[in-house]
Amino acid sequence: MQDVAIVGVGQSVFSRKCGVSIRELCFEAYTEAMEGLDITNSDIDASIICSAPEYDKQRSPSGSISEYLELTPKPTFYVESVCSSSSTGLRVAWSLIKSGLHRVVAVIGFQKMSELTSREAAERMSRGGDIIWESPFGITMPAGYAMYARAHMAKYGTTEEHLAKIRVKNASYGAKNLKATYRKEVTLEDVLGSEVIASPLKKFDCCANADGSSCIIVASGDVAKRITKIPVWIIGLGAATDTMTMSGRKLLTGLRCTQEAAKQAYGMAGVKPEDIDVAEVHDCFTIAEMMAYEDLGFAKPGEGSRLIDEKRTYIGGKIPVNVDGGLLSKGHPIGATGGSQIRTIVRQLRGQASEAQVKGAEIGLVHNIGGIGQYGNVTILRR
Amino acid sequence: MGFENFGTVSFTAETKAADFVTFLEQGKVMATRCKKCGATYFPPKLDCPKCLSSDVEWFEIKGGGRLATYTIVNYGPTGFEDDAPYILAIADFDGVRVFGRLSKDIKESDIKLGMGVKVIPVKLPGDRIGYEFQKV
Repeated sequence: MQDVAIVGVGQSVFSRKCGVSIRELCFEAYTEAMEGLDITNSDIDASIICSAPEYDKQRSPSGSISEYLELTPKPTFYVESVCSSSSTGLRVAWSLIKSGLHRVVAVIGFQKMSELTSREAAERMSRGGDIIWESPFGITMPAGYAMYARAHMAKYGTTEEHLAKIRVKNASYGAKNLKATYRKEVTLEDVLGSEVIASPLKKFDCCANADGSSCIIVASGDVAKRITKIPVWIIGLGAATDTMTMSGRKLLTGLRCTQEAAKQAYGMAGVKPEDIDVAEVHDCFTIAEMMAYEDLGFAKPGEGSRLIDEKRTYIGGKIPVNVDGGLLSKGHPIGATGGSQIRTIVRQLRGQASEAQVKGAEIGLVHNIGGIGQYGNVTILRR
Repeated sequence: MGFENFGTVSFTAETKAADFVTFLEQGKVMATRCKKCGATYFPPKLDCPKCLSSDVEWFEIKGGGRLATYTIVNYGPTGFEDDAPYILAIADFDGVRVFGRLSKDIKESDIKLGMGVKVIPVKLPGDRIGYEFQKV
């Protein structure tokens, strides 16, 4: 069977308000992804459109985006696992190519969160939990992760300062990322002094809503070798879930969906955590990156704090993490985020990340979570 | 009265578990148990996916539980503005883990993970009903 490669990656500038339509927003990512490839839109056999539903006024956005990019009459369809949608899209693209059904597939993720008023957006988010059993209590995304943070602190002695150090690291790289919403370094004092959103998480522990798009062009091995000199190979895929409700969670100090997805991805790729040269992890909140260190096996359970204390997740450390600034700096346009993470790792493995390059990176990992740990995707790539 | 009156803001009313709210009015917080295989469920399920039976019974979550985690929420979603700050928490009882609110009567400095709690129904403004954890 054919190996499957990523041949093109792109993303729009992420911003608080993009001021264009969703299809124009997607064009920005699509153009960058197609740059330098020896194919045109008519060579794309199918497109997978990824976003979280109900932020867009356009019902069934796949049709609108497909028309604008002139991908008709090829098939297009919608994939959703909220914040993890475009990693799920990549998984589906891999299957379509591996099966032989298609040879080139475009995975396009987007979110235009500014299309709604902030009141409307807040209403959507309040329905992000289980609407019968948990939304009526006022669960929010920060609140869900805050409960994990509190449990992690109690069990392992993790502190608010440990979490703040993660934001400081990511902001130092975000400052160099021209496509990030927030391009400013922050100090430990800035983070620790910011207002409390859901204790113990403060404003600077949280990522921000944003508008943005991403595009990944995936191709079968023979096509990939023909149309680009720098294919990046998909060698490991893992996907898992946990309960929609917080009541159903068996573990409160880590995400079981990450642990399960990571096990699958490492197994398929035949690599271990220590083989990963650079990683993008889903830092929607600082505690999410801390748990990812442990759930992905970069640190033992409870020892994630040492990783950040000793700066081992900075460039030059054992396992550089989120050297594009992470969601904390880039902003989090839900459906576009996974594709943006994949873009970062592909650029790292190609040696193209001049603003923050991990020297000689050969194997990279992308960890993309949906909701408060309801959906987990881990993807391992090799140059 | 059913789920249309559950919690601060409810989003849907129709569920086979509507008796849960009737039990709250009677002063009880309930979970379900499959009569065929004995599996217990919270949130209550009126169907058992383990053995595909819908022959389930209600049982009361009685006795003491332990606080597993909590957060004090300063910014609530739409409809919860007047509630904030409020405390969300998870507590473990015999056989079930329960998510809900922790009573505001507890001082923040007195909240400790592992502390003993009970879960009891509470009347909410606007003739609504919910449940909360209280320190024992």
